Amino acid sequence: MSPALIIIALVTLAAAAVAMTLRNLIHSALLLIGSWAGVAAFYLWAGAQFVAFGQVLVYVGAVSMIVLFAVLLTRRSRADLAVAPDSLGRALGALLVGGAVLGVLFGAILSSPLDVARQPAPTVTVRALGHELMGPHAAALLVAAVILTVALLGAVVIAATDEEKNRPPGRSAPPNDVA
Amino acid sequence: MDSTVQLLWLIPALPLLAAAIGALTPRRGRGLTSGAAIGAMTISLGLSVRVLIEALRDPTAHLTLNFAWFDLGDASLRLGFVLDPLTAFMCVMVTFVGLLIFIFSLGYMHEDANFTRFFCFLSLFAAAMLGLLVANSLLLLFICWELVGLASYLLIGFWFHKPAAAAAAKKAFITTRIGDLGLLLGMVWLYHSTGSLLFYDGGHGVLETTALASLVAHTTIGGLAVSTAIGLLIFCGAVGKSGQFPLHVWLPDAMEGPTPVSALIHAATMVAAGVFLVARVYPLMSADQTLANVPIHALTVVAAIGAITALFGALVAVGQNDIKRVLAFSTVSQLGYMMLALGVGAWPAAIFHLLTHAFFKALLFLGAGSVIHAAHHEQDIRKLGGLRGPMRVTFVTFGFGMLALIGFPFLFSGFWSKEAILHAAYGWHVSPLPLYVALFAVVLTAFYMTRLVMETFFGRARSDAANHAHENPATMTVPLAILAVCAVGVGFVGTTYWPWLQRTLDPHFEIEESGLGLMLLSIGLVAFGLALGWTIYGRTPRAKATAPDPLETAAPRTFAALGARLGFDELYAATVGRLNDAAAVFADVLDRYVWDGLVRFLALLGEFSGVVNRDGDEDVLNGGFDATSKKFRGAGQLYSRAQTGEIHGYLRVVAIGFVVLVLLVMLGGSR
Amino acid sequence: MSFSPLQLCLFFSSALFCIGLVGALSRSNAILVLLGIELMLNAANLNFIAFWRYSPTASPATGVIFVIFSIAVAAAEAAVGLALVIAIYRHQRSIRLQEATRLKG
Repeated sequence: MSPALIIIALVTLAAAAVAMTLRNLIHSALLLIGSWAGVAAFYLWAGAQFVAFGQVLVYVGAVSMIVLFAVLLTRRSRADLAVAPDSLGRALGALLVGGAVLGVLFGAILSSPLDVARQPAPTVTVRALGHELMGPHAAALLVAAVILTVALLGAVVIAATDEEKNRPPGRSAPPNDVA
Repeated sequence: MDSTVQLLWLIPALPLLAAAIGALTPRRGRGLTSGAAIGAMTISLGLSVRVLIEALRDPTAHLTLNFAWFDLGDASLRLGFVLDPLTAFMCVMVTFVGLLIFIFSLGYMHEDANFTRFFCFLSLFAAAMLGLLVANSLLLLFICWELVGLASYLLIGFWFHKPAAAAAAKKAFITTRIGDLGLLLGMVWLYHSTGSLLFYDGGHGVLETTALASLVAHTTIGGLAVSTAIGLLIFCGAVGKSGQFPLHVWLPDAMEGPTPVSALIHAATMVAAGVFLVARVYPLMSADQTLANVPIHALTVVAAIGAITALFGALVAVGQNDIKRVLAFSTVSQLGYMMLALGVGAWPAAIFHLLTHAFFKALLFLGAGSVIHAAHHEQDIRKLGGLRGPMRVTFVTFGFGMLALIGFPFLFSGFWSKEAILHAAYGWHVSPLPLYVALFAVVLTAFYMTRLVMETFFGRARSDAANHAHENPATMTVPLAILAVCAVGVGFVGTTYWPWLQRTLDPHFEIEESGLGLMLLSIGLVAFGLALGWTIYGRTPRAKATAPDPLETAAPRTFAALGARLGFDELYAATVGRLNDAAAVFADVLDRYVWDGLVRFLALLGEFSGVVNRDGDEDVLNGGFDATSKKFRGAGQLYSRAQTGEIHGYLRVVAIGFVVLVLLVMLGGSR
Repeated sequence: MSFSPLQLCLFFSSALFCIGLVGALSRSNAILVLLGIELMLNAANLNFIAFWRYSPTASPATGVIFVIFSIAVAAAEAAVGLALVIAIYRHQRSIRLQEATRLKG
């Protein structure tokens, strides 16, 4: 057994589970950041350092900031961080469905021939990764770049205010909500 | 021996843990947070003392513990801890002064609603500073350096609902960031040239002879040796952090934070970091001293900046009316002294002054805090006065601090460390100017400190707040008393006749022979400054809060200029601020006309092709499809009942579908 | 009964996936639903790395490359998703998903 893996898994799962049940959105977001950091720790444990740093940069660093911004931009007042309680029936239904999926997944894992011999982690250098990305996967890299650009523009377009024309130019739109 | 180095990481780790506890404790948990912070500092102090004893066994050794932080394929980035007398002395000082400031804060911040947050930040601040001290890698040092900057931002802006405090926090952070950029560049260049960022690494570190030789051997733009260029870039970071001219503007504004924070920033942590950094990389800074035909030596720049700062700070301090601002500018001036000492090659003298200064400046700030706390947050010395009677402990301890700062002969620590610097400046062969500047600043220091004490503690109380002031509880006076004892005692480890501390730090340290002349001269100058201050402010105490300052009546314009800090803030607002605005306008124009035009053009192009497309589409292709689609529409209406528009429903269906699919596959697969 | 490390990793990732799924299904706050989906994506990435780590035939970089692209796409998804949340909020002053049903056919 690998105690490090189990500890990482437990911490990550606990953080994720608590985050999904809390009523305070900010707390949820902060716990999720912890959970993402746990996933990064798992990558480190598995020997994929580059991906771990990517995870830290993208999730722990960037996505978390967007989430916090979204939380702060969509509240109505200082006390509005708490979410209204969700309906119990739906929660039960969700648990039922989630439990079914979990059971199916565990069953699939247990019934699959997965007894791989323990072996050292494959080493992959940044140089090799760079060669892979710019060589065989160059097309995919370009597509990903285009997706990111389009997503960026799309996000700006979607989130931008419609009444831009009515405002004096050169100013950013004032927050549309008095907090 | 090795085990001690392995303990080293605990010194910063414990306050960090305390900070974590503080961050997770709810607001009510005052006892837990402050207890954790003070307990962690106490243990760290014990560890530091133990580490110091170990380091003194062999002062020339640099014990290191290096480890790989992470591997990226074949390259690995290594961090480490180093134990040498420099680290050990600084650790003891920071933990000791920090501990006393923590205890003082118990009393000072007692009424604040965010008490736990305050202690959390304080612990983080201390942890970052201690991490910076034990780092054996410029990278680790830089990380902690930035953490110090962050913690100072949080603490200066602790009362962020005051606009002035929020602005001061921002100013401190951004101003020091300017210097940090230089440090970062220097670090990258260093890594590029040597392939390592470890200070000491068994012969391969950047501060050891092999690397230094190669750095000195190469030259770069302007005929500078590479080591000079890197050294100057690193020095930029120190200029920002230690409030040296021209990046000093943030330090006085940092007074907006709570007074214990000011004490911590000005004595133990933040500003000490810059001086410590230069002392740490001193081998690199001084590597170019052997070269004769270079345009400038790195240390010459350091000495020049230090001398300018020492003079500037002392001058401006004369014209301030806020008790904390006088002390702030005296810090600027004293830091200039330290940089001057580093520049003239006497880094042990700089560290000695840093240590003694930490004690008496912490004492002065906490004394000022005691006054402010007792006088209901009245900081204007014109409105104080007469506090000698009601606040006896504060008065006596503050007096000790003042005498130490001005370098009152023989008994007080400031005298000996200042002597060390003066002697070093005297022995500098490049130019005598730093010595003259330092001597002039001695007079000014004695003068403005006398003014401060006379205005605050003598005469009559000039406001209601000062009238009702009374002595503070023991959590505040006991740290003052301890610090007062230290302000006297610490000086004797490095006197001119027995420079034990300096010799421990650097076995080759030499006291410049100057006979008694220099010492007598400086004693005379201190006496002159004291007498001048007493004549102007002591003999006839200020009668009313609104009465003009005696200096103001004598030379109104000079006094006003000093009060306005010689206009540097305004200068920056007029130059850097304007430049920034202009750049913003330029970017706006570029955005609005150039890029926008391009985008519009592309959009027109797209629209045009769309029109062409549509004409072809409607007439040629659509006819046949219309018929088919009628059929689909009927079916679509049937399906659309399932579309509730509620996302949860869709997701649930997807999940159930997934389960069914997997079950089918598994059951089917077993057949 | 002892599991191989690969099985442990897979259990870990399926548990994370299901937590994300339950969160996305049960909460009505749009941001939380989005975060649940992010968790599910992360669980999928975990699987890539687990198989890369233990598979005997993997080429040395495949799994890592996969995850890099997956993270890139997930970042794009998060940005667009949260922009949508803000747009929804602007239109109806609430981000309860039950009330956001106007796009149905």
